[in-house]
Amino acid sequence: MKHLLSAADLTRAEAVHVLDTAAEMAATQSREIKKLPTLRGRTVVNLFFEDSTRTRISFETAAKRLSADVINFSAKGSSVSKGESLKDTALTLQAMGADAVVVRHQASGAPHLLARAGWLDAAVVNAGDGTHQHPTQALLDAFTLRRHLAGDPALGATSGVGADLDGLHVAIVGDVLHSRVARSNVALLTTLGAHVTLVAPPTLVPVGVETWPCEVSYDLDATLADGKPDAVMMLRVQRERMSSAGGGFFPSPLEYSRAYGLDARRLAVLPEHTIVMHPGPMNRGLEISAEAADSPRAVIVEQVANGVAVRMAVLYLLLTGQHDPQSARVPTTTTTHRTEEAHA
Amino acid sequence: MSHAPTSTQAASYLLRGVRPLGGERADVLLRDGVIARIEPQLPEAEVPQDAVVVDGADRVALPGLVDLHTHLREPGREDTETIESGTRAAAVGGFTAVHAMANTTPVADTAGVVEQVWRIGRDAGWVDVHPVGAVSVGLAGEQLAELGAMAQSAARVRVFSDDGKCVWDPVLMRRALEYVKAFDGVIAQHAQEPRLTEGAQMNEGIVSAELGLAGWPAVAEEAIIARDVLLAEHVGSRLHVCHLSTAGSVEIIRWAKGRGIDVTAEVTPHHLVLTDEEARGYDPTFKVNPPLRTQADVDAVREGLADGTIDIVATDHAPHAREDKDCEWAAAAFGMTGLETALSVVQATMVDTGRLTWADVARVMSANPARIGRIDTGELAQGRPFAVGEPANVVLVDPAARRVVDGRAQETASANTPFAGRELPGRVVATFLRGRPTVLDGAPVRDVATVGGAR
Repeated sequence: MKHLLSAADLTRAEAVHVLDTAAEMAATQSREIKKLPTLRGRTVVNLFFEDSTRTRISFETAAKRLSADVINFSAKGSSVSKGESLKDTALTLQAMGADAVVVRHQASGAPHLLARAGWLDAAVVNAGDGTHQHPTQALLDAFTLRRHLAGDPALGATSGVGADLDGLHVAIVGDVLHSRVARSNVALLTTLGAHVTLVAPPTLVPVGVETWPCEVSYDLDATLADGKPDAVMMLRVQRERMSSAGGGFFPSPLEYSRAYGLDARRLAVLPEHTIVMHPGPMNRGLEISAEAADSPRAVIVEQVANGVAVRMAVLYLLLTGQHDPQSARVPTTTTTHRTEEAHA
Repeated sequence: MSHAPTSTQAASYLLRGVRPLGGERADVLLRDGVIARIEPQLPEAEVPQDAVVVDGADRVALPGLVDLHTHLREPGREDTETIESGTRAAAVGGFTAVHAMANTTPVADTAGVVEQVWRIGRDAGWVDVHPVGAVSVGLAGEQLAELGAMAQSAARVRVFSDDGKCVWDPVLMRRALEYVKAFDGVIAQHAQEPRLTEGAQMNEGIVSAELGLAGWPAVAEEAIIARDVLLAEHVGSRLHVCHLSTAGSVEIIRWAKGRGIDVTAEVTPHHLVLTDEEARGYDPTFKVNPPLRTQADVDAVREGLADGTIDIVATDHAPHAREDKDCEWAAAAFGMTGLETALSVVQATMVDTGRLTWADVARVMSANPARIGRIDTGELAQGRPFAVGEPANVVLVDPAARRVVDGRAQETASANTPFAGRELPGRVVATFLRGRPTVLDGAPVRDVATVGGAR
């Protein structure tokens, strides 16, 4: 694994190894000195063609906690047909000696192109491409699910280490058609043994979904009542999708909320242990109500924290070549002489 | 590989031991621009003194191929192809006539532009160039272009198409179908319902769902074809369907022909062999309009071509600049080159699999396209039978040869072939345009222009 392009590329063993590595990373993050020396001297470029403050900051934090040099390259506003070509951007980064390129792009497949076109030697991490994949989001979701449902969160970050998600039922609700989060999670969660139900109005389910390793439901109430999911993951729905210019995917936000929003009424029918997830940013009042978002079941803020640990793990594994599940443990000590010196 | 000018200026060529239409061995004498003799063994005494002997070595002799769908890009995008380079590529691919699509800059929507294309093509001398006229002014789909003026121009346009764009407005389509009846024209429709394909990137189905590329549903093609065959029936006109790509489209054409509707249909070589699985690597070389479909669609178009539902194979040769393919999928241009691989793909998918004979290949790549384009009669007739007295438009094919495709080594000025690195069967050994060689030993005969007097 030189690159992380798609959650579907990970085997069960590889995915568990990433999660276990993330757990070790997370354990270091409760220390007073959070910074590890691991990637000192390495350069990580955050190449963002699309606005995403949250994901960029998460990757930036992860890289800095590993002592990497971080360059933020924002090509925001340059559409796919304008501005500098992806190729020229890649050649520029290659000339600057990037070791890893974290790329967010509005065109599905852009990270694949960067990884395979021969323009760059760097490891490529897909930070979200079009409506295709967002593998680190799926990994942080899997990490969060495992901590809560396969381990005991009270026991700390490393609870659940070694486990997969066997037997868990996860409902993913919302705009599946345009969601790279849904595609990534269907692939990764099922690889880890979970059972996934996608819930959406038929207009927001892609033609061709029938080959995906999951179930599809148009009825959120039935899925919650009969499926008794262990986790409910709400996807962001863009309000403009209802306009005819935006595709006219649903008649109105009100109708969407009535049928597919997670509100207090639906929250009440969930099993006691069920957690509520959201990749953010949320549309409170559209796909998720304030009651649901702020309820004790919600692990949404924790997902953000876990995102840093997972991205530390991914950068560490790709840049040090320690992606073989059989390889040595992560050197997560912060107490080496050199590090003390660095922080003195 | 080069040939002395004297050889190309010879008045006659003896093709010894070739197999006309893949049949029995024969000696074929080309003289004074026509097929003069076809005999099992021409006595040495009857071979003209000046005749250049070409050892046939069991090669298949076919009538020169006719492409009804070629993008030559000139005027406007001479960086990607010129009429000269595109027609040279056509000759190397075994063609003796091409129909140049109208979506140039400026658009071929006036008598002036089509005459310019026709003249440059004639001067290049590699193949006969028959311009296709635009249906609507500027391909905008609003107002009929001056179809009559183009028909009556020196270019004698008979095929009209907004190819690249669909004549979407049903009233405009009806008017166009009716109007061209006055000069026996045909409307070649690019069937693509625009609203169903806004932002579409690839066939809508299992692969698009996984790749997150906006889907291009089969129904967007089929709905237009269904509408158009009914319109053609209603006004009693002639319709040609460009590059049909789906199983449903084949069914609709089959139904329409069963009703006696005057419709013809084409399939491209790439839709005979490639599927949407090719998109998985996000390599925009495989981005094409209409998109590559599923294996079931490939099977259906092969079946349709074999049973005559689909009348012709046409290349939709679409050269593109490297920067328009060396980028992310959504930013890339639609289209792939095809002139130099078309016959090989047809051999691989249709002949070597037993679906078509070489005589059938002559039908779907020469006779039928010439008839649809109404270039099968007159002084410069194409797509004629392989028979004595017919124009000596001949291609010699070595079906036993195999070659690995290299886009940069092709004659076309652009390298966007989807078959790069793949081995294909068959090789065009020689092409003759009215008795004059344009290709010998698989290479273009460069002094072709100096001997253009054969017409």
